[in-house]
Amino acid sequence: MTKVTPLDTAYDPHRPETAVLLEVRDLEVEFRMRSGTVKASNMVSYHVDKGETLAIVGESGSGKTVSAQAIMGIIDSPPGFVTGGEILFRGKDILQMEEKERREIRGDRISMIFQDALTALNPVFSVGWQIAEMFRKHRGMSKSDGYKRAIELMDLVKIPSASERVNAYPHEFSGGMRQRVMIAMALALDPDVLIADEPTTALDVTVQAQIMELLAELQQQTGMGLILITHDLGVVAEVADRVSVMYAAEVVENADIEELFVRPYHPYTEGLMRSLVRPDHKGGRLSPIKGSPPDLLAIPSGCPFHPRCDYAQDICRTDDPPLRVIEEGRTSACHFAEVFSDE
Amino acid sequence: MTSYIIRRLGQFVLVFFAATLMIYAMVFAIPGDPIRALAGDKPMPDSLRQTLTQQFHLDEPFLVQYWYYITGVIQGDLGTSFNNREVTEIISERFPRTLRLAIYAFIIEVIIGVSAGIWAGIRKDKFFDSLVKVSTVAVISVPIFVLGFMAQLIIGVRLGWLPVTAGNPPSLYGYLLPAIVLASVSLAYVARLTRSSLVENLRSDYVRTAKSKGLTQRRVIGVHTFRNSLIPVVTFLAIDLGALMGGAIVTETIFNIPGIGRAVYEAVLAQEGNVVVGIVTVLVIIYAVANLVVDVMYAVLDPRIRYD
Repeated sequence: MTKVTPLDTAYDPHRPETAVLLEVRDLEVEFRMRSGTVKASNMVSYHVDKGETLAIVGESGSGKTVSAQAIMGIIDSPPGFVTGGEILFRGKDILQMEEKERREIRGDRISMIFQDALTALNPVFSVGWQIAEMFRKHRGMSKSDGYKRAIELMDLVKIPSASERVNAYPHEFSGGMRQRVMIAMALALDPDVLIADEPTTALDVTVQAQIMELLAELQQQTGMGLILITHDLGVVAEVADRVSVMYAAEVVENADIEELFVRPYHPYTEGLMRSLVRPDHKGGRLSPIKGSPPDLLAIPSGCPFHPRCDYAQDICRTDDPPLRVIEEGRTSACHFAEVFSDE
Repeated sequence: MTSYIIRRLGQFVLVFFAATLMIYAMVFAIPGDPIRALAGDKPMPDSLRQTLTQQFHLDEPFLVQYWYYITGVIQGDLGTSFNNREVTEIISERFPRTLRLAIYAFIIEVIIGVSAGIWAGIRKDKFFDSLVKVSTVAVISVPIFVLGFMAQLIIGVRLGWLPVTAGNPPSLYGYLLPAIVLASVSLAYVARLTRSSLVENLRSDYVRTAKSKGLTQRRVIGVHTFRNSLIPVVTFLAIDLGALMGGAIVTETIFNIPGIGRAVYEAVLAQEGNVVVGIVTVLVIIYAVANLVVDVMYAVLDPRIRYD
């Protein structure tokens, strides 16, 4: 799944010959607030290729969304600041780009859909207007051409009788249909990468499945890279190619999807899997991870997961384990990655 | 929408009767004999007093008096004052002055209030924002007659920039200072309202979406944030236009503008029921129309609101 995209060599002679579509390297994001400085992204690295789905998994407040917002350049600043790292899109660091150049990528080459489509869509403009805006502002299309394309896109995301509903407002749609509008808007300009931030969390279970199916289908058609941010390992198991697990603003494990479910290399990942609701556990008790995610203002010493970890030893309380390669294509930030997973 | 407006206009009838009845009752309840007050210190022959009392039906019970009055109003006759001036004539003489004052104040309020609010909202927590926050609290907390006299003293007398009174006949230039004073409190409210509404909307999810669409900052704020932010501001402004006309009494007195506010004040002192009710009814109707305009504007600005 490591397809290679040729680079625009005129840009930087020192770049490697090949590069992945989108790569986040050692990203550091801080939120400077009155109560203190929070590191919401601590040396976070991941990448996504053409046609590939990367799932970023973690509990609320684990910093999943922050790195995505950094890619889009929509972190509220102040208080948020990107303080380190690189975000390479086709080999170019978008953090170093001029605002104008970034804006041309944003929404056009990399786009994003959000959790709650009701609040994420502007209530005072029709959905057609909001989709057409992409064509008008990025492609210089006329209003009527933009509307025509908007109808095509609404058809593409399977909104029934699109040509009649193009002038309807967000509040006149159901939750699932609104999310489809959001998807249509994000896919308007045929982006290379789509970031989906908890796209189904606000929806009914049946609608969730439809939306995930739609995303998978559209990915097939367009060959875009998909970054799926979620806390739902069930969804991950169905659609993801690779998984990055985040805990307390750090990536703690990277794995291909099949391998992850066979043998997790981080106790946190294992905990997430154990807390899944599964049919073969019927009648049994759920086993959630004990404790709660740490306050990012007061991350525990050593391994941030140690207070909740069943395998914690003394070293875990003092030394923060670095992310290291366990085997080909597998990394984990656990001192005992190999040991605990044997048990 | 049309049927909604028609229904609302129907409600006007009810508002009209309720308002006139209440005001009439309040004037009726003022103690003292208005006819005697009309004569002042001079003695008045009993026969004249009786004639006048009968002419104005002052010896009849309240409801009968109101009946005489309201049947007149329906025929387009607002009655006369005790010294036989047509109330319609008083209104048509006085009202344009108040209207001009209120419109000038309104223009000042909209232009300065909205732009100050927008600028403060965009540059939240910067110097200009703090300046707006502090100065608006100062203006809101000082009574308007203090503001009026201070403006006269400082701008009019000490600095001599603007005329102290509106003059007779009042000129546009002369209206400027009273209009600023009349606008000041509303202006402060508008600035604060615009600012807080903008700040709130700038944090909203759909503004984040607009940014992530790759739109320019100008478009994100100017198109995606403004329309939502202006909804509460427009409401306030439309209702305030009515309030500016009714609330100009103090300003008109300070700056010696013989407008409708002054007319009401004088009429209340003289217990001129017909005049008070006539003028206040006009104000009530303006208020009601302003409210209707607000409701219609709502539906234009916010598609979530529909009237069927």
